[in-house]
Amino acid sequence: MTELLNVRHLHKTFTVNQGFMGSQKAKLHALHDVSFSVEEGEAFGIVGESGCGKSTAGRALLRLIEPTSGEVFYKGENILKADRARMRALRREIQIIFQDPYASLNPRLTIGKTLAEPMLLHGVATRANVQEKIEAALTEVGLPPTAMAKYPHEFSGGQRQRIGIARALALNPTLIVADEPVSALDVSIQAQVLLLMESLQKKRSLSFVFISHDLGVVRHFCKNVAVMYLGRIVEKGNVDSLFDQPLHPYTQALRAASPVPDPRKKITVARIEGDVASALSPPSGCHFHPRCPKAMDICRKEYPVWRDVSLTRGVACHLYTEHFAPADDLRIDTPHQALTP
Amino acid sequence: MPPIRSYAMNNPTQRPILSVENLTTEFRISGQWHPAIRDLSFHVQPNETLAIVGESGCGKSITALSIMQLINKSQGRIAHGRIEFDGRDLTACSEREMEAVRGDALAMIFQEPMTSLNPVMTIGFQIAESVRYHRPVSKREANKRALELLELVKIPSAARRFDDYPHQFSGGMRQRVMIAMALACEPKLLLADEPTTALDVTIQVQILALLADLKETKQMGMVFITHNLGVVASIADRVAVMYGGRIIEEADVVSLFEHPTHPYTEALLKSMPRVDQPRTALHPIAGQVPPITVDMPGCRYAERCPLREARCDVSVPPLTPVAGATGHRVRCWVRAPSPMLEAVAS
Repeated sequence: MTELLNVRHLHKTFTVNQGFMGSQKAKLHALHDVSFSVEEGEAFGIVGESGCGKSTAGRALLRLIEPTSGEVFYKGENILKADRARMRALRREIQIIFQDPYASLNPRLTIGKTLAEPMLLHGVATRANVQEKIEAALTEVGLPPTAMAKYPHEFSGGQRQRIGIARALALNPTLIVADEPVSALDVSIQAQVLLLMESLQKKRSLSFVFISHDLGVVRHFCKNVAVMYLGRIVEKGNVDSLFDQPLHPYTQALRAASPVPDPRKKITVARIEGDVASALSPPSGCHFHPRCPKAMDICRKEYPVWRDVSLTRGVACHLYTEHFAPADDLRIDTPHQALTP
Repeated sequence: MPPIRSYAMNNPTQRPILSVENLTTEFRISGQWHPAIRDLSFHVQPNETLAIVGESGCGKSITALSIMQLINKSQGRIAHGRIEFDGRDLTACSEREMEAVRGDALAMIFQEPMTSLNPVMTIGFQIAESVRYHRPVSKREANKRALELLELVKIPSAARRFDDYPHQFSGGMRQRVMIAMALACEPKLLLADEPTTALDVTIQVQILALLADLKETKQMGMVFITHNLGVVASIADRVAVMYGGRIIEEADVVSLFEHPTHPYTEALLKSMPRVDQPRTALHPIAGQVPPITVDMPGCRYAERCPLREARCDVSVPPLTPVAGATGHRVRCWVRAPSPMLEAVAS
């Protein structure tokens, strides 16, 4: 497998006006030293709660939000250094799907026009064959060609999300950043859209950066996942190993709090109290320490260094020192597919 | 998710605090009345949580609004049915009488706590107001009660935050304030409409645990409306699954998850990706919920159902008890044939 995307030490700082009439300026670290890589044909998940920086990370990859510092290598090229013309070409290859399919479609344009615009702009289609290409794109996402003449309000949420996917696919992208693509949908429709994305991924060997707050959806769709808390990645690894044996106390809490459709399930980790701290004034040391049941003295003072505990797993937590050896039952390097029954 | 539900069985001989019988609520769409909920019957005991689960448009929120008599009169009406709450029929109550009941013995919390709070009034004032509206108490007493309530819902340093405004609270804290307001007059029944849907999961567990705890200590009945089966599993004592305005399956929570009998319930469980299990194939439900403007003589799920038979399109199946399980009832011609027919077959 070759590496498609390599994100290194990505930072994004927003300046926020505070105080009376915005008289004071404060810095908000939305992304702090975010690094991860995505292989060709892989779906990489980013999970975390509201305000953790997961959407900022997705947008920073496309330079929809300009990162403050860091590098984003796409096929070996640092796209943060690309000029306007090059960036425009790259945006054909890297597409984004948004959470709210209604807000991301122009209500005054027919679906046909919505799909035609990017194709003509990027030269993927000509005036002569655009009709045909639109039909193909709609068929691919399971919509009838008659959808072309309709407006966004005539479709249900699930169908609109299919249109959003069709628009992204129309440009033959290699990488899709999907920001909460199924969160606004009902369970049964969510499964339809997930299956559609899965089949398209296989057929076109697409790569995904899949951003979600739903651990179940990420475990289903992705191979590897990063957990974010207040702008930083706190744990990273293969989905099965990470969700079955979470190392970071935050991942453990997130996992334990995720609802499971089993009324007999027992909890193994203490519930964490309190709210996510403000990103404007993150706690000292490890940002999670005020809510952490295992906080030690050092956690209040120093942010833990990143430690790779195996080939695929890494964590930023003082509990895991260099002497930490994964227990035998920690299925750390189990390949993703082998676990499928 | 922690099992925050109490396993204490409710006394079955107890009088239900709420019993809904044959409730039908209709809405007028282009001059025609269309039912959003059809012949709904269920009951809730004190110290019992009934979860109503279903997808968008199944009628779960309309059920709560009908109980509260908050259906907009210009577009909707309760066509027939009884809503017996604490010994009286709410459908026969005047608006004045309802105003005395709402927020007192019968309270409701909503999904979005920010839109339900007044942004220019302090938190303390808003809670005290709901006490003063229903009880002949002085301002001082009401404030004292409001502070107790803030402590009850575990707002950290409640006294200091009493004079804060809603925007100074986080989403989870606002929902705690809404719960405090709902509990102001010790309601006998709490209707919770998707109270945790807008919250992050680590905050969601805290709110669910709080509600479960309060239900138990106050011996309240609770109707918990949600689309999330995981949340149902952690909070419900009993579950009613709705589809197309009807209850299609009803059971205690363990039976429902371990022996889902209606094909829709079964399909819902299979279409949910799970975080506690390695990846398995997802089975989505094809098609979509039929709009309420479409009238069907038979089962409304039939066109999406893999078990569809000719009789499914002819008439609506009755809610039939599942053999060998108490309180488990299913509305399906194929899965729960009437006991008489089964006796003939064997």
